[in-house]
Amino acid sequence: MQTFDLEAEGLRKLNAQLHAQSADTNQTVWDIINPKGSHAIAVGLDAPIEVNVRGSTGYYCAGMNKQATVHIHGSAGPGTAENMMSGKVIVEGDASQYAGATGHGGTLIIKGNASSRCGISMKGIDIIVHGNIGHMSAFMAQSGNIVVLGDAGDALGDSCYEARFFVRGSVKSLGADCIEKEMRPEHIAMLEELLKRGECDAKPEEFKRYGSARKLYNFDVDNAGAY
Amino acid sequence: MKDFDARGIPHTTPRQSATFSQDINSDIRRAAATGIYDIRGGGAKRKVPHFDDLLFLGASISRYPLEGYREKCETSVTLGTRFAENPIELDIPITIAGMSFGALSGPAKEALGRGANAAGTSTTTGDGGMTPEERGHSSKLVYQYLPSRYGMNPDDLRKADAIEIVVGQGAKPGGGGMLLGQKISDRVAEMRNLPKGIDQRSSCRHPDWTGPDDLEIKILELREITNWKVPIYVKVAGARPYFDTTLAVKAGADVVVLDGMQGGTAATQDVFIEHVGQPTLACIRPAVQALQDLGMHREVQLVISGGIRSGADVAKAMALGADAVAIGTAALIALGDNDPKWEAEYNELGTTAGAYDDWHEGQDPAGITTQDPELMKRFDPVEGGRRLKNYLKVMTLEAQTIARACGKNHLHNLEPEDLCAVTMEAAAMAQVPLAGTNWYPGKPGSGY
Ligand SMILES: Cc1cc2nc3c(=O)[nH]c(=O)nc-3n(C[C@H](O)[C@H](O)[C@H](O)COP(=O)(O)O)c2cc1C
Repeated sequence: MQTFDLEAEGLRKLNAQLHAQSADTNQTVWDIINPKGSHAIAVGLDAPIEVNVRGSTGYYCAGMNKQATVHIHGSAGPGTAENMMSGKVIVEGDASQYAGATGHGGTLIIKGNASSRCGISMKGIDIIVHGNIGHMSAFMAQSGNIVVLGDAGDALGDSCYEARFFVRGSVKSLGADCIEKEMRPEHIAMLEELLKRGECDAKPEEFKRYGSARKLYNFDVDNAGAY
Repeated sequence: MKDFDARGIPHTTPRQSATFSQDINSDIRRAAATGIYDIRGGGAKRKVPHFDDLLFLGASISRYPLEGYREKCETSVTLGTRFAENPIELDIPITIAGMSFGALSGPAKEALGRGANAAGTSTTTGDGGMTPEERGHSSKLVYQYLPSRYGMNPDDLRKADAIEIVVGQGAKPGGGGMLLGQKISDRVAEMRNLPKGIDQRSSCRHPDWTGPDDLEIKILELREITNWKVPIYVKVAGARPYFDTTLAVKAGADVVVLDGMQGGTAATQDVFIEHVGQPTLACIRPAVQALQDLGMHREVQLVISGGIRSGADVAKAMALGADAVAIGTAALIALGDNDPKWEAEYNELGTTAGAYDDWHEGQDPAGITTQDPELMKRFDPVEGGRRLKNYLKVMTLEAQTIARACGKNHLHNLEPEDLCAVTMEAAAMAQVPLAGTNWYPGKPGSGY
């Protein structure tokens, strides 16, 4: 295992070393100590390595991740795992705004709560939140899944496209064109797999599914008030 | 029409209202019929003070000119010298602005790459991501990082020669993009992770940052991902050029791209295009002032766009302090858009060559702003590339001609002192003297 003291050695060196890891690296496990809320930790990774961040992170930790597993043993700042392509990011604490924003793939697991705009503009990522999510989450979400074991804030899924949202608790309000949808057997199966992947102790049957009513897909003057 | 009525009283000449003009009335009828605002491509069509309102003085006794064709007049420019390990070196200071794949066809993007390559300049991706055609045919490609993040991925980011964070576009400061269902082919839909045939709205704000402090961190992230190798541009609309330039520089931009209100767009509301933002001419001096106040003029390069059409425009923008310019609409016209040879088909579409701006509808007779495979066949990317190269060369020669006449051995040596203005408005905006005077409105110490 490689231990990297971020405070002592600096961000540039950290990311340069992580970027230098190839698919067949032997240095597969990294421990980053003293992150102290720094921004852009472990961004742009593209190798099947495991990075443990021992503490809390600032903006954009694990941004644009591919292949790697980044495990934040603390809370995470805004834009964690933004535009992730593949791999896995786990936040032990809470996550600030825009967690998983525009993510194309991979899994983001938040053990605490996620703040507002979680999964904004998501494009295929799976986001699993053990706690609650804040307002305007999944705004313009295009594809992928959000699973929330707690409650969702105001305007969930506003102007969303094909993304699916599974919420166990309450939803304060649904955004424009977002509706509750039937949980069919295929959704139960899908959710079962997501809950397993997210290390969740919950049953698919306890959740409700939400998604797009697809009424705003093509402009219709009679819906103008909803835009 | 008869001159007199039945009682022998003379008719007055029928008089059109300047306020309720035929144009305006047709807008009202269109709105009444449809219930939705007009969406179109292109830039502001209204007349605003522009480069045409400036003139070069040329050399005289106090300044001597350089010999055309014999004495050198350099045109090269390097963009991104502030932080990037690999700045962009261009032979000419005219770049191709970001235009989305989706708005333009694959072959049109290819032609832009071919023409720019041959002329020694860069092209820029756009909303919707990077296509292999344009990466393959552009030796210097700037990758746009837009609010929608359609097609955005770290692999393409790492393939880029520079990154342009798009905050705004001159055609629609504060607005997002629009790509209507007709143009969402399978390929466009797949690149954008959206169902085929739906209207795509691109957001007006970035999803994971707001404000200058966040922008600084976003730039840090992008630099870290690309290992500080490539320049990072920030593109802003001509809204508040002094403050936007200041904030972009403070956030760490290598290059500021400033797009005035005449700047083209693939599609947005007509009301937005015509009524929001400042004319290009009005934006340059405040932006240059901001750079000078920060001690960053020429350290952070300024690229100006919005209505650049000729070498004279290039020279004027540079004389006012720009390091380079970018062109969108003019490049499309060079490729063959709005060519009178398609007049019959433009008429079918209810328009005429030169006025065609329904680029979002995907029916472009010239086969450029379309995803229709049949229309696309009309456009030959090799020929298009050749035409663009010729046009870029002509603009460069024109700018050199002017610079030599002003006694300058590099386009960058052009200066405001080489200019005068023919209107008060242009004098005020460009801060150069009204022709025949040594005065412009707002000149310090002039009392006006
Ligand atoms: C067809 C078309 C598509 C465009 N697409 C984009 C885009 O995707 N992103 C962007 O920042 N600007 C876009 N623009 C604006 C140009 O980058 C540029 O700012 C503008 O065209 C410059 O003004 P000009 O057209 O007068 O040269 C587009 C412009 C046109 C004409």
